Amino acid sequence: MAKRLEVMSGNEAVARAAIAAGCRFYAGYPITPSSEIAEKMAELLPKVDGKFIQMEDEIASMAAATGASLAGLKSMTATSGPGFSLKQENLGFASMVEAPVVIVDVMRGGPSTGLPTFPAQGDVMQAIWGTHGDHAVVVLTPGTLEEVYLETVRAFNIAEKLRTPVVLLLDEIIGHMTGDVMIPDDSELEIIDRPKPTVPPEEYLPYDDSYGDVPPMGSYFEYPFHTTGLHHDKTGFPTTNPVKCGALIERMLRKVFGNREWLEKNVEHYTEDAEILVFAFGSTGLAAEVAVKWAREQGIKAGLLRPLTLWPFPEKRVYDLAEKAKAVVVAEMNLGMMIREVERAVRGVTPVYGVLKANGQPIEPPEILAKIKEVA
Amino acid sequence: MAFNYKPYIREDKFPNIWCPGCGIGILMKAIIRAVHKMGWKREDVALVSGIGCTSRMPGYVNFNTLHTTHGRALAFATGIKHARPDKHVIVVSGDGDALAIGGNHFIHACRRNIDITLIVLNNMIYGMTGGQVSPTTPAGYRASTMPYGNVEPNFDTVNLAIGAGATYVARSTVNNPALMERQIKEGLQNKGFSVIEVVSNCHIQFGRRNKMGDQLVLRHWIKEREVPLRKAKDMSPEELEGKFVIGTFVKKTRPEYTEEYAKMVERVKGASK
Amino acid sequence: MAKPKKKFRIEVNEEWCKGCVICVDVCPTNVLDMKDMLSKWEGMVVYVKDIDKCIGCDLCELSCPDFAIEVYEVPQEEEAQSG
Ligand SMILES: Cc1ncc(C[n+]2csc(CCOP(=O)(O)OP(=O)(O)O)c2C)c(N)n1
Ligand code: SF4
Ligand SMILES: [Mg+2]
Repeated sequence: MAKRLEVMSGNEAVARAAIAAGCRFYAGYPITPSSEIAEKMAELLPKVDGKFIQMEDEIASMAAATGASLAGLKSMTATSGPGFSLKQENLGFASMVEAPVVIVDVMRGGPSTGLPTFPAQGDVMQAIWGTHGDHAVVVLTPGTLEEVYLETVRAFNIAEKLRTPVVLLLDEIIGHMTGDVMIPDDSELEIIDRPKPTVPPEEYLPYDDSYGDVPPMGSYFEYPFHTTGLHHDKTGFPTTNPVKCGALIERMLRKVFGNREWLEKNVEHYTEDAEILVFAFGSTGLAAEVAVKWAREQGIKAGLLRPLTLWPFPEKRVYDLAEKAKAVVVAEMNLGMMIREVERAVRGVTPVYGVLKANGQPIEPPEILAKIKEVA
Repeated sequence: MAFNYKPYIREDKFPNIWCPGCGIGILMKAIIRAVHKMGWKREDVALVSGIGCTSRMPGYVNFNTLHTTHGRALAFATGIKHARPDKHVIVVSGDGDALAIGGNHFIHACRRNIDITLIVLNNMIYGMTGGQVSPTTPAGYRASTMPYGNVEPNFDTVNLAIGAGATYVARSTVNNPALMERQIKEGLQNKGFSVIEVVSNCHIQFGRRNKMGDQLVLRHWIKEREVPLRKAKDMSPEELEGKFVIGTFVKKTRPEYTEEYAKMVERVKGASK
Repeated sequence: MAKPKKKFRIEVNEEWCKGCVICVDVCPTNVLDMKDMLSKWEGMVVYVKDIDKCIGCDLCELSCPDFAIEVYEVPQEEEAQSG
């Protein structure tokens, strides 16, 4: 079927893809550099009988999106670092009640108000570990505009299939970068909906693990049920029984980590024989693509691993490639976050070097190339 | 006369967790009767709460029930109502839940006039966490974090709701269960945002610290301070200091959020045809 | 002929009663009282002391936080037959 070439920004691509993925509810609070997502959703949702609402803050936005999800709609909220911090408590709630929601964080400089209009990648730890307690989220880090479109669709599919919040992590560069995007026809997209109950409402148990790690999800009003952020058993009602509490958290983690293989998605360049393995994601990953290509032109066997699924972390792939390489270079717009995860995965078999920067300026290909040459 | 609560409650969860004599159960029954009188099917009703003693209510009633995070019930409820405007959404909240941590959501729900009924159980204290001061603890009274007496002035839930734009605003107390039920029913009938405050007794956390550790003593203390609205109209602010004025303060119509949104959608879709 | 006085019946769910005494307090005609039941939290539960005084005002039922007390009107014919 036909694909269409259209000019748009990363933020617009998120909104357009969300609609294509079946998103029918958006709640948000404006913040640079994510506001264009809200503005586009405000424009598009009414046209497809969807619901948009600008809430009074990010806490409320995360809450409203979760409420709408429980009421049966695919829902999304978008923000940047400061707002993402505010969403964290309710993100944990969504995790706990297993409500699918897509949370977009278009990263800017931080902490605090930081550098509102400049890029950064300092929210990766917040995305993975931001809420309290043991939990598992999925974090996607697209780089190109086309990836932004497709990964947004994938974010909804994962959220629905696993009944879990999914964080779509962009940065200011990606959110605002504008260019040609090849938009697939809706008929070409694989759209996944949440697993629906097959039992009558009277027999429905919202957290029935006999169906596997992802219990079928009824919507409020069709399948009246009880939901609480307290530890609960399969009926949805609170429990403090250690066996049930332990099993609940383990299942919630297994839902994500047990699906590693299905979730893992990397873009790789020249990794077959890479002696210098570069690890970078998001817009830094695009700069790294250029750097690796230049290195090859200069006769250095560099290769790139650019994860589209940042979490669960592609530990095995990183290890396998690092084992064959003589150095690993991690480039990220922060002073050392994912590099720790890379080091953990590499387990000391290869030295790991960083190209780290947190001054509001993007990491440019020459900086990465310089490091490649230095460690080659 | 012998109201049949059975179809509306989750019997296996009883007896409830509330302290003997706590007014929350009285409110729960009034909500059930009001919903019954509306003739609504229980599967068409969602009861949403935040965190606190009051917020444990959804566990006991047989509606779609959502026990959320502290202070955020109205925001979750807004998502549900916006997603399904054809259904009925009720929120129960404690005084801390609704007016301290949830104060922002409270005023904005009033402003939007979204068709949700909020019932604030005002026991003048943080019950669940052990008696800390709340935005409604009367001046001079003790709380665990005001051991020498509360030095802060308090919120008047009713005035706050009126100022923010709620279209039905009423107050009753645990001493008036029939009035409570009538007000809740009127709130449910109102197509817009309704706020009903129910002044209640937390004799355990508020009472004990203020020489009113017996539920009856605290209930009587509340009763002595009740003033019907029509009588209050002839009283001076000084005379009304520390009183609970009971009655219906506001009953008006104003465009409702989900209806206005639906009209906008129709307009947009009409224009794009 | 004077209308026969209405009769009532009160049922108590001792399992759910927490002995808070609110019903005894609100009853305007002194129908109810407490009795010892040491297995309970407060060591007592409500019982119906004098049903004949009941005027069917329902206040005890409305004021019970624990769904533990119910007031029923006894139909007149039933009353007539038994009387
Ligand atoms: C974010 C957050 N902050 C604090 C708490 C602790 N907490 C639980 S209930 C509560 C206050 C409850 O008071 P109120 O809302 O008046 O309800 P009540 O128990 O009196 O019915 C607090 C502070 C929490 N659960 N979450
Ligand atoms: S602590 Fe207070 S509010 Fe909580 S159940 Fe006991 S009496 Fe009620
Ligand atoms: Mg309270």
